[in-house]
Amino acid sequence: MIANIMAWIDKRLPVTDAINKHAAQYPAPKNFNFWYVFGILASVVLVNQLLTGIWLTMSYEPSNEGAFASVEYIMRDVDYGWLLRYMHSTGASAFFVVVYMHMFRGMMYGSYQKPRELLWIFGMLIFLVLMAEAFMGYLLPWGNMSYWGAQVIISLFGAIPIIGDDLTLWIRGDYVISGATLNRFFALHVIAMPLVLVVLVFLHILALHEVGSNNPEGTDIKKPKGSVPLEEQSKFTFHEQYTKKYDIVDAIPFHPYYTVKDLVAVVIFLIIFCWVMFFNPEGGGYFMEAPNFEPANGLKTPEHIAPVWYFGPFYTILRVIPDKLLGAIGMFSAIIALFLLPWFDRGTVKSMKFRCTAHTVNLMQFVVCFIALGILGTLPSTPMNNLIGTIATFGYFGFFVALWLYSKDEKTKPVPERVSG
Amino acid sequence: MSNAPVNNGRRRFLTAATSVVGGVGVVGLAVPFIGSWNPSARAKAAGAPVEVNVSKIEPGQLIRAEWRGKPVYVIRRTEEILSTLSAHDSQLKDPGSEEPQQPTYATNAYRSIKPEYMVALGVCTHLGCAPTHHKGDFEEFVEGVKDGFFCPCHGSKFDMAGRVFQSVPAPTNLVVPEHSFPSEDTLLIGVSEGEA
Repeated sequence: MIANIMAWIDKRLPVTDAINKHAAQYPAPKNFNFWYVFGILASVVLVNQLLTGIWLTMSYEPSNEGAFASVEYIMRDVDYGWLLRYMHSTGASAFFVVVYMHMFRGMMYGSYQKPRELLWIFGMLIFLVLMAEAFMGYLLPWGNMSYWGAQVIISLFGAIPIIGDDLTLWIRGDYVISGATLNRFFALHVIAMPLVLVVLVFLHILALHEVGSNNPEGTDIKKPKGSVPLEEQSKFTFHEQYTKKYDIVDAIPFHPYYTVKDLVAVVIFLIIFCWVMFFNPEGGGYFMEAPNFEPANGLKTPEHIAPVWYFGPFYTILRVIPDKLLGAIGMFSAIIALFLLPWFDRGTVKSMKFRCTAHTVNLMQFVVCFIALGILGTLPSTPMNNLIGTIATFGYFGFFVALWLYSKDEKTKPVPERVSG
Repeated sequence: MSNAPVNNGRRRFLTAATSVVGGVGVVGLAVPFIGSWNPSARAKAAGAPVEVNVSKIEPGQLIRAEWRGKPVYVIRRTEEILSTLSAHDSQLKDPGSEEPQQPTYATNAYRSIKPEYMVALGVCTHLGCAPTHHKGDFEEFVEGVKDGFFCPCHGSKFDMAGRVFQSVPAPTNLVVPEHSFPSEDTLLIGVSEGEA
């Protein structure tokens, strides 16, 4: 009966074929480690954000007069409203946690290198849209930090020569951040950006499955057709899309092997997620900032404006550069540099395991600088903090410059032909 | 198909013509979408001039008016403040107010129409936060200068004429909006003298 229904559908839409191609017969390297769970976790958080977001719009009112009150209404009067909002707000921070880990994985194992440049670009576009989405979402509670955070970020566009002032006026739709700004941000946050995000995630996965997953050793599990004796090939059945061109070695089907492994990660992740959500939803003032519990007030700037933690690194770069236009350029360059990572790296060995010592040191100093910039972004601007921030900014950009230099004629260790262990 | 009579030149022309017309259509269609983001008629109407009675301001005091939703600082400067303004010129980015951050009638040493009354937008020229007024205790930020403004967001500093100090993120002096004094005690923010 079920088989008949499936056969009927398959004749009209290749459902079984798609499941096989992308899950049950998708060859994934057998040596994935801890770092390979964050892609799945990001999809889990995406679903959480979409679902809770839709539900929040049912009680939220995007207007100058009603926004702040409607959030209070959700928190106090709507059944489970507090839970839905905390799922959404904790989800926002969790999204960046897993995405930063996911990106770092790509950097450690060279997953951005040829032939995965486009895959990396799609990932970076997702990161960019995610930042826009988070920024616009942060305005919606219409608290005082929402208001002044948006004021600071929109003013960045005012640094552009000649058109800057008119551009900020156009973005705001008013002479100041107002209900008009709130309304358009709401529309972009709940409709435009999520649509773009979902399309990009789809393309990201499609591009991944076209080139195949990288692995911690950076070895290729697809060998030229006919080059590997049958008994050394992977024993599993893989989709002909992959086997007609290649001999597959050291691979296992994504489903059920990695779906089950990822399920464990999802459970552990959700335990941590729930702990934050139920016991520490404000994240000690880092996930939800104190000034945001009073309504937006255009005449009163909070004592200390700090972005939400995930914008910290880029925000610090912005403010340690003592020039408005250069600061904004510096901040955007920090993101553009990541986009261009596949071209800064002129090496051919992917995994840091087999690359020169300088690469490991460089990668570690990058992580230290990135975390330092992130912490400084939440602290007040003092001469000492600015000095540390300046050093960390040099470290951040220095990573790319150094990588470009030493990757040309890099002394690498031999990369094994096959996945070891 | 291969023997079908094909006029490639005509085909290219038609493709190009259709693309151009379609492109014009797309541009035309974009106009309402982009235009709808401009400030609405209601927002523009709310940007009308604001009147302030300055006779009630104590010497040395700052009051905040609201114009176009932005805070406008009106300060009645004392003789002492006015006489010390030029003392720290060397520490400023633009002591002579050469950047057009003020109407021409306020391009002078005091950046104001009447030396006594300073009118400036309380909006930091860095990223738009509201600088805080430090009366008498500004020396913790700039040695030897008693009064001034400090922006809590990124540490920009301004003197009592809204002029920006060196080595801070703000690029320019505080904006002096168009303003006028229709009578001795009334300040009108948003309109220059002689304009309606």
